Amino acid sequence: MPDSAARVEITRDEVAHLAMLARIDLSDAELDHLAPQLTVILESVASIQGVAGDDVPPTSHALPLTNVFRNDVVTPGLTPEQALSGAPEVEQQRFSVPRILGDEQ
Amino acid sequence: MTETLMSYEEALGSYDPALGLEVHVELNTNSKMFCGCPTEFGAEPNTQVCPTCLGLPGAMPVVNGKAVESAIRIGLALNCEIAEWCRFARKNYFYPDMPKNFQTSQYDEPIAFDGWMDVVVEGPDGEPETFRVEIERAHMEEDTGKSLHVGGSTGRIHGADHSLVDYNRAGIPLIEIVTRPIRGAGGRAPEIAKAYVAQLRDLIVALGVSDARMDQGSIRADVNLSLAPAGSDVLGTRTETKNVNSLRSVERAVRYEVQRHAAILSSGRSILQETRHWHEDTGITTSGREKSDAEDYRYFPEPDLVPVAPSREWVEELRGTLPENPTARRARLQAEWGFSDLDMRDTVGAGALGLVEETVAAGAAPQAARKWWLGELARRANEAGVDLVDLSITPADVARVQALVDDKTVNDKLARQVIEGVLAGEGTPDEVVASRGLAVVSDEDALSAAVDKAIADNPDVADKIRDGKVAAAGALIGAVMKEMRGQADAGRVRELVLEKLS
Repeated sequence: MPDSAARVEITRDEVAHLAMLARIDLSDAELDHLAPQLTVILESVASIQGVAGDDVPPTSHALPLTNVFRNDVVTPGLTPEQALSGAPEVEQQRFSVPRILGDEQ
Repeated sequence: MTETLMSYEEALGSYDPALGLEVHVELNTNSKMFCGCPTEFGAEPNTQVCPTCLGLPGAMPVVNGKAVESAIRIGLALNCEIAEWCRFARKNYFYPDMPKNFQTSQYDEPIAFDGWMDVVVEGPDGEPETFRVEIERAHMEEDTGKSLHVGGSTGRIHGADHSLVDYNRAGIPLIEIVTRPIRGAGGRAPEIAKAYVAQLRDLIVALGVSDARMDQGSIRADVNLSLAPAGSDVLGTRTETKNVNSLRSVERAVRYEVQRHAAILSSGRSILQETRHWHEDTGITTSGREKSDAEDYRYFPEPDLVPVAPSREWVEELRGTLPENPTARRARLQAEWGFSDLDMRDTVGAGALGLVEETVAAGAAPQAARKWWLGELARRANEAGVDLVDLSITPADVARVQALVDDKTVNDKLARQVIEGVLAGEGTPDEVVASRGLAVVSDEDALSAAVDKAIADNPDVADKIRDGKVAAAGALIGAVMKEMRGQADAGRVRELVLEKLS
């Protein structure tokens, strides 16, 4: 994302959109309060980005590792009782969840 | 809600279809993509789960090396470039089929990209014709859990009170193979879509990386379709039809969407960009949800996994394990089997090449294998409205039925009943022979007695045969077969009749 350092402001509408995507219910007052704060955070990150020269590639990871693989071997997991022990509702040895509207993947 | 459709021919007169296919291949690894849970199909719910695939706090995923190997081999077989360095990404969404609230996938750094596959279809003159399908990418991801919607009358989301989720499938390695828009297919779009998925399935089988069972969901196709006014370069708005889980359905779904889009566009309305569900029973699609923009998934690099950087040495080593290319394979098999061009074309056209090959490998003669798959079994598949590969009989079963014919345990007629029994789930061919009592009577005394009876019952016919009219023997053989309720070797009966009347 090479142009992100140049663009640091996050608008109130963008915050509202992100809140909707993350299913966070924000009031108008909260949006007014949070949008400028997030802009400050992004500005701080942008200033760090400015320090890195062209020879420093962006990374998503602190470790300089690649290709950490497991062998394709089955290992013991949880029993169904253990797996379902934290479920608020269980039916037919399955997790029971509220009716789903709309966004099936 | 009934949709208005335009006739297929009329639709193609005004519009050019553009197709895109996304095929998900569930790998046949022993363990899941990021944890050691088993991957067996059909296990009791939530018996193949652990903290990682349940998304419990503190769990750490680790990539299954075998799945990466399979992904690279699929990429190479599709003539793709293999990324020198790529990452996993989180695809964030709120739906309980993934307990983590995201699916670990790949976003802008797929492991394989820029490939192609030459699909063979029948040309207008009946000769095989090649159509190149370009592959945009093949990426690694994990499968989701299975939801059961209860309370509704149809088992679907609408009308359901609540949903029950089984996470056994969550985390099973998937490879998603995405084509570039396929244009210029015209009226053959449905046929090309089906041929592409069929050939891709054959390739996956040859690679040995998946069970490749469409009926069990180990290969699943999503069909993207849009129409552009004839002669236009601009792509129209597309719909994505999900749940297309047989080769026949791929063809039908494309055809249906072409007719539906054409009716909407010709009435001056526009296509809504949405997901649609395919209904196998009624042969129609219904509206799912409006498609969200890609950025709505808020993809970002997966911080719990380090990048995958396959060395060029490894990639070349894997290239050396690829099966022969389909064209060379067809030529080799034709030579080995001694099939005429026509036999070969019929076999390929019926989608039976791999099935015949496996049946021959299981011991049947090539012509016998071809006869079963293109005759009796093709008829049964047609009656049931399924493809040959979806019939519940294996090539090994077919080879065994032929072996029973060859050693005269059953005759052709009984063999068809054995096939019927296997298809009905009554067990292996030998079990069906035993349980239905289908073996021919090889008791010479019983046969001889039946022949004597037939001669006594039909003195006129017997006299004709005595006078040298051997063709009349058919009537006596028929009488004996009837007496033996079909369970006799007709060739042996004929010998006995002629012996006794010579």
